[in-house]
Amino acid sequence: MSITYLEAIREAQAKALADDPRVYIYGQDVGAFGGAFKATKNLAKEFPGRVLDAPISEDAMVGSAIGAAIEGMRPIIEMQFADFSTIGFNQIVNQAASLFWRTNVTCPITIRLPGGGTSGGGPFHSQSLEAIYAHFPGLIVMTPATVEDAYSMLLEAVAIDDPVIFFEHKYLYYHLKAEKLPTEAMPTGKARIARAGRDMTIVAYSAMVHEALAVAEELATEGTEVEVVDLRSVKPLDTDTIMASVARTGRLLCVGESWPWGGVTAEVVARVSTEGFDLLDAPPQRLNAKDTPVPYHPNLWAAHRPTARSIAAAARNLLRL
Amino acid sequence: MVHTVVDRGTVGEASVFRDTYLKAYRGMVLARVLDDKLASLYRGGKIHGGVFLGRGQEALSVAVGLSLRKGDIFAPLIRDAAGRLAFGETVLDAVRTYMGSPLGPMRARDGNVHRGRPREGLFPMVSHLGAMISVVNGALLAHRFKGKAGTVGATCLGDGGTSTGAFHEALNQAAVERLPLILVIANNEYAYSTPTTSQFACENLVDRAIGYGVKGHSLEGNDLDACLKTLHTAVEQARSGQGPQLVVAKLLRLCGHGEHDDSNYVDPRFRTAPHGRDCLKVAEEHLLQQKWAEAKALETWRNEAIQKVEEAVAIVQREPTPDPYKENWCALSAKHLSEGYDEP
Ligand SMILES: Cc1ncc(C[n+]2csc(CCOP(=O)(O)OP(=O)(O)O)c2C)c(N)n1
Ligand SMILES: [Mg+2]
Repeated sequence: MSITYLEAIREAQAKALADDPRVYIYGQDVGAFGGAFKATKNLAKEFPGRVLDAPISEDAMVGSAIGAAIEGMRPIIEMQFADFSTIGFNQIVNQAASLFWRTNVTCPITIRLPGGGTSGGGPFHSQSLEAIYAHFPGLIVMTPATVEDAYSMLLEAVAIDDPVIFFEHKYLYYHLKAEKLPTEAMPTGKARIARAGRDMTIVAYSAMVHEALAVAEELATEGTEVEVVDLRSVKPLDTDTIMASVARTGRLLCVGESWPWGGVTAEVVARVSTEGFDLLDAPPQRLNAKDTPVPYHPNLWAAHRPTARSIAAAARNLLRL
Repeated sequence: MVHTVVDRGTVGEASVFRDTYLKAYRGMVLARVLDDKLASLYRGGKIHGGVFLGRGQEALSVAVGLSLRKGDIFAPLIRDAAGRLAFGETVLDAVRTYMGSPLGPMRARDGNVHRGRPREGLFPMVSHLGAMISVVNGALLAHRFKGKAGTVGATCLGDGGTSTGAFHEALNQAAVERLPLILVIANNEYAYSTPTTSQFACENLVDRAIGYGVKGHSLEGNDLDACLKTLHTAVEQARSGQGPQLVVAKLLRLCGHGEHDDSNYVDPRFRTAPHGRDCLKVAEEHLLQQKWAEAKALETWRNEAIQKVEEAVAIVQREPTPDPYKENWCALSAKHLSEGYDEP
């Protein structure tokens, strides 16, 4: 048996629905149709009345989830694409994110964002929005890179009493497979050493972990041992694991698929530079998408986001610094 | 009471109407042929990403495009190949955008239905549904500021799109400012897989008109005759200062949401219902019955459309693909303010 990243997300939701009667799923086409990507396939049938089709009203989808959470439910909201979550942005960042801080009442909602680029997706079906959500206090932002994490982190997201942005990468949906679902998991907030190495650290998350692993494989043939850190969640960000890795390697490259201004890679570099300056043998580097909307044509798209090729170039450059 | 019913006497002379009808029919055929070609290119793996067709909605769409004139604003949506062509978009622009040619209006940066030429009044949609309506409002406000009289703006939306806050905000905005906006809703029973029963609870979407204080029109969206007459009326009313017009057409999407979708969720009863009839067939029957054209002519027109589309595709297939090294990676017009994030 093998299970994809997408199926793991479906299975996690099935388990959440089965284990906890407070859980329900709400989003466009998630009911009988099973969702635009089939992440809720058959769930409406298996859990009658608990998987509801929403109108095309992202603001109201999130707002109603907040209200239901106040009354004790644990909603899972599916955005059809991460890009459309901006329509619900106000409810997410102003209402959901501030509720506990203002009232001491928790807001246990999970918002699933199918995001990231795929070939031909274009500017409005490709965005990586983890950084803007991470910017707001009061939100947890998960960015699973593996089938196992997609499963266990989504279950944890539902169990956490705070609002969670669950950024699932569309490119990984079908590409990534595992033998079976995990029975135990690392807790959220802990990064994972995806590959050990002593010459340089590449910090990545979501789909970029796999690009980084490909680079590590390639550089290994040249005698360079790259350590790859998979952040798993960008908020909280596991500074300790990053710092420990940089202490071993002395070199840092941080890679993200989203835009260069600010963001996760800037945060990682800022933390390492301020807290671990002595650990560094070379200036810390970061690599992001280009500072334009995500282009439609695959030729442009492939040049817009970091790929194994551009990461390898950045890594080789860092070795020379 | 602001609702109007289809006014069958406003288009003027019968012969004029016949000419308009024939023009519209030919526009519908061209759009259908273009859509069919895009679908086959998609199946052949020649198109990156999704393909979204307007099959079954050509009569409504073409009527919107034809009712506008130069200087007007048009912000079409996903199922508006016919309306775009009628408004003046070329087949080449459509094919270049779908096939990602750097020579197209979107320069391979954006694709498929996300295309337009703002300077020519054809606004390029973003994906976020409802977002174009207020943009058209703004264009009309600008026309007012500039003293440019007599222009109107039209934009299209689906039944699902009416659930967005953007729809409600923009319709209210247009009403408050009494803008010459024509907002055309294609109620095709579904938003992707979601039936209208999960989308809204009012009897008919045209009932929204009265709530916002705008004029409402409803019609059978697969009847070209009704589409032409209703859109003509709505546009003339907007043009003559009677404020926003909400046009709601009932029809059926005769294709998947996109070409990846087999739409097996569609209630088979709709396919045999009157509004499930193919507008192209309805128009054809009408033409023949009125003796406005002969079967031979219909075939000729179809062949001409096929040739036009094939020519455009042949041109685009010979065009270069975009070169990322020549691409100007800058999203600002003020180049000196661009930070330019050089690669390491
Ligand atoms: C704000 C927003 N949310 C979600 C989507 C994803 N989406 C694209 S088309 C569509 C269905 C649209 O249905 P409708 O408005 O009825 O138009 P139709 O496809 O039937 O022409 C959805 C949900 C979107 N484009 N914008
Ligand atoms: Mg619809």
